[in-house]
Amino acid sequence: MANETILMLPLYLIGFFSLAAVGLDPLFSKNKKVIYYLSLIGLLEAAISAGYALYLHTLTPAPNIEISYAKNMVSTGGMAYFFDILFCLSGILILLSSPRYFTREYKELSEFYSLILLSVSGMMIMAHSANLLVLFIGIEIMSLSFYILAGFIRIRIMSVEAALKYFLLGAFSTGFLVYGIAMIYGATGTLTLSVIQLSIQTNTINSLYLTIGIGLIIIGLSFKAAIFPFHQWAPDVYHGSPTVIAGFLSAAGKAAAMMAFIIIARAIFGGLSQNNFVKDLYVDVRLVLAVLSAATMLIGNITALVQKNIKRMLAYSSVAHAGYLLMGVVAANERGWSGILFYSTAYILMQIGAFIVISLSERNDEQNLKISEYRGFSKAHPYLAAIMSIFMFSLAGLPPFAGFFGKYYLFTAAVETGYVWLTIVAVISSLISMYFYIGLIIKMYFEDPDTQPMVAESGHAVLALTLSTAGVMIFGIFPSLLMDIAKIFF
Amino acid sequence: MSLTFLFFGILAVLAIATAVICVSNKNPVVSAMALVAHFFMLAGLYLTLQAQFIAILQILIYAGAIMVLVIFVIMLLNLGDEEKLREKTKYRKILASLLGIGFIAMLCSVYLGGGLGNKATSPMAITIGAPAALGKELFTNYLFAFEAIALLLLTAIIGAVVLAKRKVD
Repeated sequence: MANETILMLPLYLIGFFSLAAVGLDPLFSKNKKVIYYLSLIGLLEAAISAGYALYLHTLTPAPNIEISYAKNMVSTGGMAYFFDILFCLSGILILLSSPRYFTREYKELSEFYSLILLSVSGMMIMAHSANLLVLFIGIEIMSLSFYILAGFIRIRIMSVEAALKYFLLGAFSTGFLVYGIAMIYGATGTLTLSVIQLSIQTNTINSLYLTIGIGLIIIGLSFKAAIFPFHQWAPDVYHGSPTVIAGFLSAAGKAAAMMAFIIIARAIFGGLSQNNFVKDLYVDVRLVLAVLSAATMLIGNITALVQKNIKRMLAYSSVAHAGYLLMGVVAANERGWSGILFYSTAYILMQIGAFIVISLSERNDEQNLKISEYRGFSKAHPYLAAIMSIFMFSLAGLPPFAGFFGKYYLFTAAVETGYVWLTIVAVISSLISMYFYIGLIIKMYFEDPDTQPMVAESGHAVLALTLSTAGVMIFGIFPSLLMDIAKIFF
Repeated sequence: MSLTFLFFGILAVLAIATAVICVSNKNPVVSAMALVAHFFMLAGLYLTLQAQFIAILQILIYAGAIMVLVIFVIMLLNLGDEEKLREKTKYRKILASLLGIGFIAMLCSVYLGGGLGNKATSPMAITIGAPAALGKELFTNYLFAFEAIALLLLTAIIGAVVLAKRKVD
């Protein structure tokens, strides 16, 4: 029988290990390996305990019911554990690939591991939030760690610029989010998500405050997920920050923001309301999100077409992927939610994998990052080129890779709920994105190299690449492995 | 019109006035002092809402500690030529002020629609703002959020140390 301690164990473990990494850092200042393995073990243990809790959760008669603990602050739903495992996995991938990269580029790694652990713990707190206050604190822990990680190589001007831009715009967007949460509090008189849902169902709300609150929350979260009118920071930040970190910010950060969308949308529009006003609002909000999603996909993919730098290209394409993910929120049915879960997994694997390959072929001080410099990459490095091609095919959404089925679930979810035009836009923008994803593969395989590109010693990054490639392949060939789990939460 | 509402009106007008001075004044030290005055007005507003403890914290932390830091930074940066920082383009200013006026009009319509004036507060409200009640809430119902905030502050401290370290070792 599952008790509270076992259900809360992932949160306790990640908190404990991030504090331990901070505390032990000065003790082992000579030998950084100790902290490295400690952080890896911490993430692994948190992932395993989340997996066990998920297993216990599926045994209960109604696995889609969430139970709250700690005075209705922490929820222990299946979706929370699913995202816990996902965030721990992305943390592990980044940890495996970063020591070599940072010792090559910067020489210093103090506090790096604790920042990764703290950002993962922030995301996990978000995943488990049953209260808007806790959700907000989680978002802030995650964002603060991201600002610091973006500027981690502080002798490089671009990195510092990325951190500053990210911090200023992020703090500004946080203002919108807090104001939105305050408005929701004004409308319903509570911050607990289940009570908010109840009061919307029973129609004891101030509808005007609710509308403004929802609008402001959409703005705040769109900033965090880099959705269309608020995506301007993304290319600069992902381009300027250290390459492996850019993978972490764009994949895990985006998945976390989408998860916040799911949590809030399910709380506010989850139950069937008798209130006509809320019903109309629901239709309007979904229309707004659909327009945002369509614009995000088109703008992201079209601007990615003209990029010369591979990090900027992937940054713009990550904006487009936020648009695809948002389709699941627009659909707002079981298939849409579980589609977001599936696509987040696929996206984390392929995006982080692609950035790890870039970090391996990159030379000191951001050299060798132009797309033209990938000419003939396959001649010198057949394995890396093959892995990169797999990630590119998956990002473009071609079968039999995980990216295809993610898009398939999201697109069908949108069609099921009547958003056919959105699906048409999504298909068109996927076609546009083929040009630059496949273009890179053509450059790598069918063009002659100008110079002999060198590749850095990979170290443990090989393990991370193996993990992510295997994930992209397995979930592409057997999507039901993941989908059957994702479905039972809703 | 009750006495509380009168106080609220005076404080609100002064708060808006000091905020405008803070934004519009060219001299950074005057701006900072206007901000200090603004924080005092806000503390007064908290008092009219029966939140005594928050009001004291507002003065101690914002008007006291944080504003000292701000003034120190202004002194150390030794800002001389504010003209350079001026916005050159006119149309941006006009567009921004139009949007701002529109937003204020929207907010006014919302709040005026809900009715102004203070609604009757229960006599119990006087104890809610006291430190004892606040502490009780913080360490029972909001314990998890309190602990999560500890992680947040730790992250911020680590960030300050990482980004402000002088040497790369």
